[in-house]
Amino acid sequence: MALEKVTLGKSITNGLRKAMEADPKVVLIGEDIGKLGGVFRITEGLQKDFGEERVIDSPLAESGIVGTAVGMALRGYRPVCEIQFDGFVYPAFDQIVSQVAKMRARSLGAIKIPMVIRIPFGGGIGSPEHHSESPEAYFAHTAGLRVVACSNPEDAHWMIRQAVACDDPVIFFEPKRRYHDRAEYDTAAASAPRGLFEANVIRHGSDVTLVGYGPVVKTMVESAAAAEAEGTSIEVIDLRSLSPLPIDTIVASVRKTGRLVVVHEASSFLGMASEISAQVTEQCFYELEAPVIRVNGANIPYPPSRMEEEFLPDLDRILDGVDRALAY
Amino acid sequence: MARTAYLLGRGAGASRIVRFSGGSGKFRAEDPHVPAVTSAGACDTAVDRVIPARGPTQAGPPAKERPVSDKVVAELHEPTPSVGDGGPDMIQLLTPEGQRVSHPDYDKYVADLTADELRSFYRDLVLIRRLDAEGYALQRQGELGLWPSLLGQEAAQVGSGRALKPHDFVFPTYREHGVGFVRGMDPQSSLQLFRGVSQGGWDPAEHNFHLYTIVIGAQALHATGYAMGVRMDGNVGTGDPDRDTAVICYFGDGASSQGDVNEAFVYAASFDAPVVFFCQNNQWAISEPVEKQTRIPLFQRARGFGFPGVRVDGNDILATYAVTQHCLDEARNGNGPLLIEAYTYRMGAHTTADDPTKYRVSAEVEEWKFRDPILRLKSYLAHEGMADESYFTAVDEEADRFAAELREGCVTMKTMPGETMWDHIYAEEHPVMEAERAAYLAYKASFEEAN
Repeated sequence: MALEKVTLGKSITNGLRKAMEADPKVVLIGEDIGKLGGVFRITEGLQKDFGEERVIDSPLAESGIVGTAVGMALRGYRPVCEIQFDGFVYPAFDQIVSQVAKMRARSLGAIKIPMVIRIPFGGGIGSPEHHSESPEAYFAHTAGLRVVACSNPEDAHWMIRQAVACDDPVIFFEPKRRYHDRAEYDTAAASAPRGLFEANVIRHGSDVTLVGYGPVVKTMVESAAAAEAEGTSIEVIDLRSLSPLPIDTIVASVRKTGRLVVVHEASSFLGMASEISAQVTEQCFYELEAPVIRVNGANIPYPPSRMEEEFLPDLDRILDGVDRALAY
Repeated sequence: MARTAYLLGRGAGASRIVRFSGGSGKFRAEDPHVPAVTSAGACDTAVDRVIPARGPTQAGPPAKERPVSDKVVAELHEPTPSVGDGGPDMIQLLTPEGQRVSHPDYDKYVADLTADELRSFYRDLVLIRRLDAEGYALQRQGELGLWPSLLGQEAAQVGSGRALKPHDFVFPTYREHGVGFVRGMDPQSSLQLFRGVSQGGWDPAEHNFHLYTIVIGAQALHATGYAMGVRMDGNVGTGDPDRDTAVICYFGDGASSQGDVNEAFVYAASFDAPVVFFCQNNQWAISEPVEKQTRIPLFQRARGFGFPGVRVDGNDILATYAVTQHCLDEARNGNGPLLIEAYTYRMGAHTTADDPTKYRVSAEVEEWKFRDPILRLKSYLAHEGMADESYFTAVDEEADRFAAELREGCVTMKTMPGETMWDHIYAEEHPVMEAERAAYLAYKASFEEAN
């Protein structure tokens, strides 16, 4: 037992370090991840300790990062790619969607592509355009990929280790505005508290279910606390895995509460909330007391940063969603 | 213009020189039996450029030769060699007439080839041309959905493929049926993707031959990453021929415009990756001529990325074999990456879905028939007394048997049952795959129950 208070960012650093210590085939590749430690310092100190061959500063080309990582995976390595910002992943889109996702199936299972693509995502940090996006639905839509998003330090630590150990490609979303959030957990624990593709019910309640992932989880918890003061009991689910979707956890909760509000920063149209809404409607048609409510980003390009608070789901918008669900 | 050539008539048994009036011959490039008609002097064999040979890697990365800027600029103003003879930079060891020409840097790579080996080169060329002809016919008969023809590119593929060692690794496009064949792949493998029974369907590790890649140029990055892995494994520049490993990446003139190919050049150079980029410049990217892709000869692109490039006559199997051997050795010794531009021609359509008469003139195709890769080796073998008509006939008969087996294998290829669509998408258990497969089977079973 070693209870420590660690930031989310440093938890990923520590998780990557553990993964690299455990398996010499784990290599990191990305822009500025060496001496600088990445623009968010997630790989800080790793090149010093593991060398330039295992912590690779890549040329500035994202398709190259992912495409060469595919080649390394074919050679028996477990590459972990860092995409610097969410909005910079699109140059690698073909490599991820047409190559990474499909290669194993094309070989009829002869090969595997065990790689992780880390993407800091979401807004709220006052950055210029292309630095605050939530592109998760593109990847969750693609068969052959697994997509996860961490929301707190302990999960971040374990989820990155589990993602690296997974024999399938994993798109790993990191909530960049939560990098500096701290939490206390047992950093010497021998095993993960839960599987990589399981949701986590982080607060129990009886009136409304709130589901979200990544940066909005903290906002959902704050909303639930505020609602409790007003006499509303909210169950909060941290989805954690976007693909596969741990729908059973959501369904079990909705069968209890009868009401569901799905929260994410990504635009609502064909977003994760749309899929969750469809599946919950299919499975909980008779238990639902209200339509599934979506509290998401607007269906516009991410706005200029001085307007982003109007775009992002905050406590008031989430509680407004809860109120709308309760109005039925 | 009168053309001089060795003519190998069917049953003639010996070569002889005939006069031929260019362009009017009834020559069919896809038939290895028809007389060879080649153009004298079509290819300038003067060569003043070779890849600078560098020794095995010492400590640290090899020193890179820096181009002098005024020289580069001067070269940029040189006229682009026209689509035609490949220009003076092109390495050639066998003229279109089948005459062996000497090259000070590359002769050594073919000097030890025995008559047996040269005959086996010929056999490979004939068999893969037959594979291609069958692929084309099977598509026309409705047995394949599509067929990308390699007609005309046989020497580029066999020459480079035969230069590889078993532990080297190949990243093909979707047209390298010939490379796969010489790597020992089951010829049926090339057909299954185009028959639609799988999206690839082989284990790349079995013959170190990766899956076909259809997205143009995407495999260049895979090859580079694989080569980076080879270097990380320490399998470069050790001097141990069983350990030092090269990676070869095939692509075409069209792919040279792709971002992934250019990124691969940058990454490969940055990490001294032991990869040989093998560009088959077949002059056409579907309907677009190579001039649409580049202002300068493609092999010169390498220089801008800081590594050597060389143009080889892609219809000359000896030159292709020699140049590829040299470049693979360089890569294995730690002097990679390198670029080879195999100057060749796509004699057929891009694929069976294409109609080249809409965008290119037949005179151009006729011109390239004089440079046929099979006929020039046949002329050489016959002229040198290394093979006679009985050998050529035996190869033709083998090709007939090979074709029959290929057709039989193709039309009897089994389509897998529907429920296997959910197999192999993921390495680890995935609830959606399980649930959808089960739902599909239940749905199918409901019909049987109804019946």
